[in-house]
Amino acid sequence: MRREIPILIAIVVGFVYVIQFFVPHAPFDKFQNWGNDWIQIIAGFAIILGVLNLLKVSLEKVYKKSKGWGYAVIIIIGFLIMTGAGLFFSGGKNYQNPGTPFYYIFFNIYFPLNATMFAILAFFVASASYRAFRARNKEATLLLLAAIFLMLGRTPLGDYLSAGLPTGWQLKNISDWIMDFPQTAGQRAIMIGIALGIISTSLRVITGLERTFVGGE
Amino acid sequence: MPFCQKLPGRYIQTNFVWFISFFILSIFPALVFSRDTPQPPTQVQAFDTPSDAGKSITVQWGKSSDDGEGLNNVVLYEVLRSTSPEGEYTKVGDSPRGTTEYVDNSAKDKIPYYYKIRALSKTSFSDSPPGAAVVSSPQWFKKERLNALIVVLVLSLGIIYFIQKASKGKEMFVRKIAAIEAVDEAVGRATEMGKKVYFIPGIYDMDSMQTVAAVTILGHVAKRVAEYEAKLEVPNCYALVMVACRETVKQAYLNAGRPDSYSDDMIYYITQDQFGYTAAVSGLFVREKPAAIFLQGHFFAESLVLAETGNSVGAIQIAGTAQPTQLPFFVAACDYTLIGEELFAASAYLSKNPKLLGSLKGQDLGKLLMMIAIILGSILESLGILHLAKWFTYQ
Amino acid sequence: MEFWQKLLAIDRRIIFIFVAFAIIVPLFIIAPPGFLKKIDVSLPVQSLYDYVENLPPGSKIMIAFDYDPPTTPELQPMAVSFLKHCFTKDLKVIMLGLWPQGPVQAQFAMEREILVDEKIKAKNLQYGIDYVNLGFQAGNEFVILRMGTDIAAAFPVDYFGTRTKEIPLMKDVKNFDNIRLVYNISAGYPGTYEWVIFAGDRFGVKIAGGNTAVQYPHNSPYVQTGQLVGLLGGMAGAAGYEKVSGYLGKATKYMLSQAVSHAMVIFFIILGNLAYFITRGRKV
Repeated sequence: MRREIPILIAIVVGFVYVIQFFVPHAPFDKFQNWGNDWIQIIAGFAIILGVLNLLKVSLEKVYKKSKGWGYAVIIIIGFLIMTGAGLFFSGGKNYQNPGTPFYYIFFNIYFPLNATMFAILAFFVASASYRAFRARNKEATLLLLAAIFLMLGRTPLGDYLSAGLPTGWQLKNISDWIMDFPQTAGQRAIMIGIALGIISTSLRVITGLERTFVGGE
Repeated sequence: MPFCQKLPGRYIQTNFVWFISFFILSIFPALVFSRDTPQPPTQVQAFDTPSDAGKSITVQWGKSSDDGEGLNNVVLYEVLRSTSPEGEYTKVGDSPRGTTEYVDNSAKDKIPYYYKIRALSKTSFSDSPPGAAVVSSPQWFKKERLNALIVVLVLSLGIIYFIQKASKGKEMFVRKIAAIEAVDEAVGRATEMGKKVYFIPGIYDMDSMQTVAAVTILGHVAKRVAEYEAKLEVPNCYALVMVACRETVKQAYLNAGRPDSYSDDMIYYITQDQFGYTAAVSGLFVREKPAAIFLQGHFFAESLVLAETGNSVGAIQIAGTAQPTQLPFFVAACDYTLIGEELFAASAYLSKNPKLLGSLKGQDLGKLLMMIAIILGSILESLGILHLAKWFTYQ
Repeated sequence: MEFWQKLLAIDRRIIFIFVAFAIIVPLFIIAPPGFLKKIDVSLPVQSLYDYVENLPPGSKIMIAFDYDPPTTPELQPMAVSFLKHCFTKDLKVIMLGLWPQGPVQAQFAMEREILVDEKIKAKNLQYGIDYVNLGFQAGNEFVILRMGTDIAAAFPVDYFGTRTKEIPLMKDVKNFDNIRLVYNISAGYPGTYEWVIFAGDRFGVKIAGGNTAVQYPHNSPYVQTGQLVGLLGGMAGAAGYEKVSGYLGKATKYMLSQAVSHAMVIFFIILGNLAYFITRGRKV
């Protein structure tokens, strides 16, 4: 039963959602909102589950002094500080307002830390490009040229370098052409394939054929 | 006053009265009324909003001739409603100047309503005559989605047909997918080196089909890991995904005949925060130096950070996503990549389950239909046969 | 030969240092006026500007802040210049977020950039009448679907805890039928794609987007199909909107940095290819 009930729920909800897409009449108009409410309720409780698991795993690591337990200590301290600041020292409901300790931590610690992680992407793009963009064969050369045209065409630099050329050959226009035609065509083909893949997988789930995600075979 | 002197007194008097009357009739209204009272809106038409659950009426009108032209003093339209044509009209909403439509979502079903539109200037207003009575009601079918229904039915029936055919023993050909063939190699390498296998099921929740596909692939990878007696770790971004991963891996270990090797601690939650998760997983990669990394599912900007970090520690990496924007990053930084639909096909390919393989064949039928639709649509559009082309538009 | 072979397997940290310089140094240099003139206003940027420009005063615009701090440098300028344009045109703005930190970004934009701007100050904007921040709601695309029938049901209270139905600006707003444009600024999921599919296609509301450079190619096909009114892509798109709307801000300032870093990456790609060909030739 542990597996049958979730599969049954997946089948019923899946079909109801498909029907409500085509039938606006009651009671189908209500199902969508009920479903949405349930998703939010389950997601809310799941966060508690996640947080408890994180604390359990971290506390166990510290208790057993297993490899990397120092990181677990940081997780626990960070969790206690942020939760405490939000619940007890930031005026309750208005914890997000400027001037509260929660706001201070959010703006001065969380914000720059997150921005730093995203900024690392710029460096990894550079190192990955250095490794990957080699003119090994015809296809790789095309990829390499497209990358260079785009990188130049997307900044005023491209305009400086190709200002003297006829309009159609200016880097800005070449990069626009690459984006509008070959890129869009490829993108659409991949998206159509993906959409069909999603339909097929969804159909397998709502007909109960696909069960691996609930521990079935 | 030579003019007056030449005329008899009575004549002057009569004409003076006429003159004053003429003045009042022509100049006074122009001064008092017409400088600010806009012309009323015209042709008010109300109809039951189509393809909805009822309780909604769409009102359309012709713009006041002082909106955008004429006196150009209309600032707003107010939508007024009453249950009888001569009854009291109350405001139900407003719409900016230049607009000619308002959807009244405060209507009740089965009650006839009359609408008037009021054009407002800064100091004055004028009302249109009321439109005809209209009743709101719910509909049973969204007509504009008939084409979508046909496509869904054809595709679903096609997929079910091929599933049936496969169940009856018909062999289905599936081309080799290099990334999936490499699963054994990756897990074997981890076993030889005595290092861990990491499986990252994307950074999205179970409501993404990519996550469902990733968890399905995890089931097969976990089975192989259990058979080879390697070590598996699955850090999660969402608690629900964690629960699903645990169920799947537990079953996989059971199927491999090694339920004792399974532990809940192999699959744990980190954080829902995208870059918090990225930082934690990158840290794990650097410290643990895993031999094999699977990056499967729904990824965003963190894809390259994870893949480059994995690359820097020398792990064999098998990625897969249906996020077109992240595919180039995976292709550049990983050894193998499942591209788009391959992610969804992987489960069928790995399990060799005839029913699942049949669904892949149904997918191909869908692709064929799409190609025909694209070619047909392009021809119709190029020939200017637009009334047929609209059948290819989804609403 | 040895040099070129070493170059092929160059330590990535050396590349990182060069890229870091290429990004940081231009931040302290004032771009020449000629450089600013060459900032491109692409067609999707221009069409979004034109659409907003032609809206009658009082029209209601919804802005979905679907991003968080990491992508602020790229996306916040898109929010600021767009908000300034809206308020200059006397449009009413409803802000919200499907990302937890989105509404905080909206508050930052209003408090730090919009309400302190001299031109906007003269408009004497009132919260609840001219603009509102509905806050965050969990549920991704399901929130959009809910908004399609009832916005107040999806967002029962605003960012400050006031009941949505009691906010004057929201009195006439039932669902997307009462919104002239949804402008979604997004860094991923849920983002422009979900707004196009679930709000634009299902409920017929006009959608425009502002995306990170990485997300842009994913959504640009929807501009061609007309499912998006306009689309800003990355720093270049943000700078383009600043240029066309005349509110030069941070995106314009960062463009020099972007141009130099692009040049640095190209330099390394060429260097890598040079090393590849030289070492390959010798081996043969």
